[in-house]
Amino acid sequence: MSTRNRELLNLGFAAIVASAAFASVSIVDTGLVTARWLGYVGVIFGLYLIAHLVARFTVPYADPTLLPLVGLLTALGLTVIYRLGPDDARRQAVWIALGIGLFAATLFWLRFDYRVLERFKYIFGVSAVVLLLLPSLPKIGHRVNGVNLWIKVGPLQFQPGELAKIFLIIFLAGYLRDKRESLARGRLKDLGPLLVIWGAAMLVLVQTSDLGSALLNFGIFLAMVYAATGRLVYVGVGLTLFLAGSAALYSTLGRVQQRVTVWLHPWTDQKVYCSINGKLDFRQNCDSYQLVKSLYSIANGGYGGTGLGKGTFKTVDGTQLIPYLNTDFIYSAVAQELGLIGAAAVLLLFMVFVARGMRIALIAQDGFSKLLATGLTFGLALQTFIIVGGVLRVVPLTGITLPFVSYGGSSILSNFLMLALLMLISNRAAATAVNR
Amino acid sequence: MNRQITQVAGLAMGLLIALIVATTYWQTWARPALAERQDNAIQRVAQFKIKRGLILSPSRVLARNREKQVGGQTFYFRRYPQGKLAAHVVGYSTAARARTGLERSLNPILTGSARSLTSLVDQALDKLNGKPIVGDTVVTTLDLNGQRTALGALGSACGAVVALDPRSGKVLVMASSPSYNPNDVERNYGKIERIKADCTPASPLLNRASQGLYPPGSTFKVITASAALQSGKFTPTSTFVDPGYCTVYGKRVNNFDTGRPFGSLSLATALQYSVNSVFCNIGLDLGARRILKQAKAFGFYERPPLETPESERLPSGLYKGGRLYDPRRDRDVDPGRMAFGQERLLVTPLQMAMVAGTIGNDGILMRPFVVSKTVTPNGKTRSRTRPTKIRRAVSPATARDIAAMMVRAVQAGTGTAAQIPGLEIGGKTGTAETGVAGNNTTWFIAFAGEPGQKPKLAIAVVLQNQSLTGGATAAPIARQVMQALLTPTANP
Repeated sequence: MSTRNRELLNLGFAAIVASAAFASVSIVDTGLVTARWLGYVGVIFGLYLIAHLVARFTVPYADPTLLPLVGLLTALGLTVIYRLGPDDARRQAVWIALGIGLFAATLFWLRFDYRVLERFKYIFGVSAVVLLLLPSLPKIGHRVNGVNLWIKVGPLQFQPGELAKIFLIIFLAGYLRDKRESLARGRLKDLGPLLVIWGAAMLVLVQTSDLGSALLNFGIFLAMVYAATGRLVYVGVGLTLFLAGSAALYSTLGRVQQRVTVWLHPWTDQKVYCSINGKLDFRQNCDSYQLVKSLYSIANGGYGGTGLGKGTFKTVDGTQLIPYLNTDFIYSAVAQELGLIGAAAVLLLFMVFVARGMRIALIAQDGFSKLLATGLTFGLALQTFIIVGGVLRVVPLTGITLPFVSYGGSSILSNFLMLALLMLISNRAAATAVNR
Repeated sequence: MNRQITQVAGLAMGLLIALIVATTYWQTWARPALAERQDNAIQRVAQFKIKRGLILSPSRVLARNREKQVGGQTFYFRRYPQGKLAAHVVGYSTAARARTGLERSLNPILTGSARSLTSLVDQALDKLNGKPIVGDTVVTTLDLNGQRTALGALGSACGAVVALDPRSGKVLVMASSPSYNPNDVERNYGKIERIKADCTPASPLLNRASQGLYPPGSTFKVITASAALQSGKFTPTSTFVDPGYCTVYGKRVNNFDTGRPFGSLSLATALQYSVNSVFCNIGLDLGARRILKQAKAFGFYERPPLETPESERLPSGLYKGGRLYDPRRDRDVDPGRMAFGQERLLVTPLQMAMVAGTIGNDGILMRPFVVSKTVTPNGKTRSRTRPTKIRRAVSPATARDIAAMMVRAVQAGTGTAAQIPGLEIGGKTGTAETGVAGNNTTWFIAFAGEPGQKPKLAIAVVLQNQSLTGGATAAPIARQVMQALLTPTANP
């Protein structure tokens, strides 16, 4: 069977699973067994069919599992978002459509050779830093929940950090391919650019007070440096610098400080200072409210979950229990309704994606492609770890999205861009192998 | 470069595996502890998706459900049609506050979670079909007419009335004053906080009938007299000389009414007129531990068994520094004062009703109960309470002798205010002085029935902050409640 036919088959499997999820939510929602949900499934499956046809035309040899995996993750995310608020789901569906549009456009544009990107690596590098700093600029910057992550131009809101991440990976892939020989030899003067990047990361951290995105970008950077040079000393120095920098800034970054306190001691037996209203209260009723309520939500799922559409996310008077449930905390909704089995299955989907992505990096022929695939794949894994780990109290909680699952336009668009790049790399690697 | 890429891939996989491990931790190991936490709103919400069983009295609905649709889900909120009438026994179940009363202690039954395996399978099927879980109905033994009479008679006084059938232990009245309307707990809690009564704080939520501890005063003489007869050292005709006081540790302890020494009198007469000096001397003779042993036979030093929550039932006995205190040696307490109900003795009305009931029931203490049966949603009886004997507290002869003395106290003694024509009533008054005028705790305990038959009713009435005696304040209330419960015309 050809690669693309396998992709179509996989998409069919994904559609069956997604249909079951849609049907379940629809039945719980209306109390009736109707075929209304078939319409929704049809629209989403149609979109992915278009993506598949574009891939058939542009990247015939590309990995056949990535697109179905993404299809399943977005459909699952959409189901949970619909269950939490149908209006958001409609918007999310539009974003998925736009994301597939971006995916198709990228494939068309770069179908002959994506390696032209390498030529513009410095433009990507500078753009990444600018994009990261944009939200902290006056006028267009928009502060949400104490973190500068958004820009607002007229009615449009955008989270440029998501795009910046991809630009940064493209830059690093190009730059490290250039310098990996000299870096591997460990010449001190080549450390300069690394220090510049570290400085930029610190600057971004101070400007946005967003530990999550700083950690994500710096982690991707370190992973790529290691992949390029094979020298652990860079990772060690980098981590030390990052930790030292964060520690030095710790006392001035109230937000970060609070997040760490909440992480270490979410529950208190005595009333403590509450930074939200300035009064004394138990921390679980105040600063760590979100985290604690989310843990209750996850725990409520148990092994099998409450079932899609049957979880408890509101109090009896209809107020939302967990703020930002369909973005940062979507995992705790998934974990409650699908239980350990379902949540682990979602994480396994991510693991399959990561395995396929890393395989692409392994079979790619040139250094740029290898580093690009490594960076993109590791970025996905690390981002998943930071947000889900934050929700699970493995690491301090920072607000970033769960790729392909969370509600949010910027996130969906940039993740489809990532998917397009991985498929381009994969296509080229497989095509070379076939032609040889 | 492939070696490094493999290592980075390993790290990425490791991070994701860590997430699966962490998810497993929260969803399995940590799950029970998180579910228990007070601030876990999910658990509270889940309870409101269950259609709780009803709580009934033999004739009326005490707690029912009101369906409400919120965001596409059906929730069941509690309504208490009888308001404050049975508030303390039934308790409340709300979203804003924890549960109390039977709503709390019988939650597993009312929510259907205490069921057998077969019905749990049915329950799982219902869940799949989208039907709500329906709990079992609880039928109480409360007599609402008696409850109404008791609360009415208590009026603005702080106090409690407990009435039970001594032959079975069936609780008919458990009233605490001031009461509150459980329907106000969810949305109008301020109204409950503003309730006023003849004591401060008014504590309307406190179930004084089983949670209130009061000095027993002379009602304790029933226990001392029982110990005296059981010891074989005394008989009802044993004679004493009353000088109007008694000397303990070189100090004079006066009778309640010091102006009138009785001179020579029998034990029976001493109980009839509640003569302190006689009981004081019996106490000195028997010693504290012998009397306490008799008290324990009546149920002291253990929480009276009842279906209400454990925290809402307190044991009676000697208290020291807020804690139950069981002296190891006789000389640790003053037996003379203890014998007539002083000396840090604290008792609950429920316990004293059990004492009166035991005397009326030929010396056999029955296990009190307020739930007669539980019924499944489709009308089948799931369980029925059978009267259970706790133990024999005194010999039948002692019980008959004490009962006769108590009958005399009502016929021509301290408790004449409790007389009801056509009924034979035996009672004992109690007045515990705090030394401050208008601050007495007054008591009346009694049993009642048709002459020549076993008593059908035992009662205990306590009142706080009184300026008169138990015979003048508590006995009339007991009479009203007994009349309501025993006179057929007043009990439709």
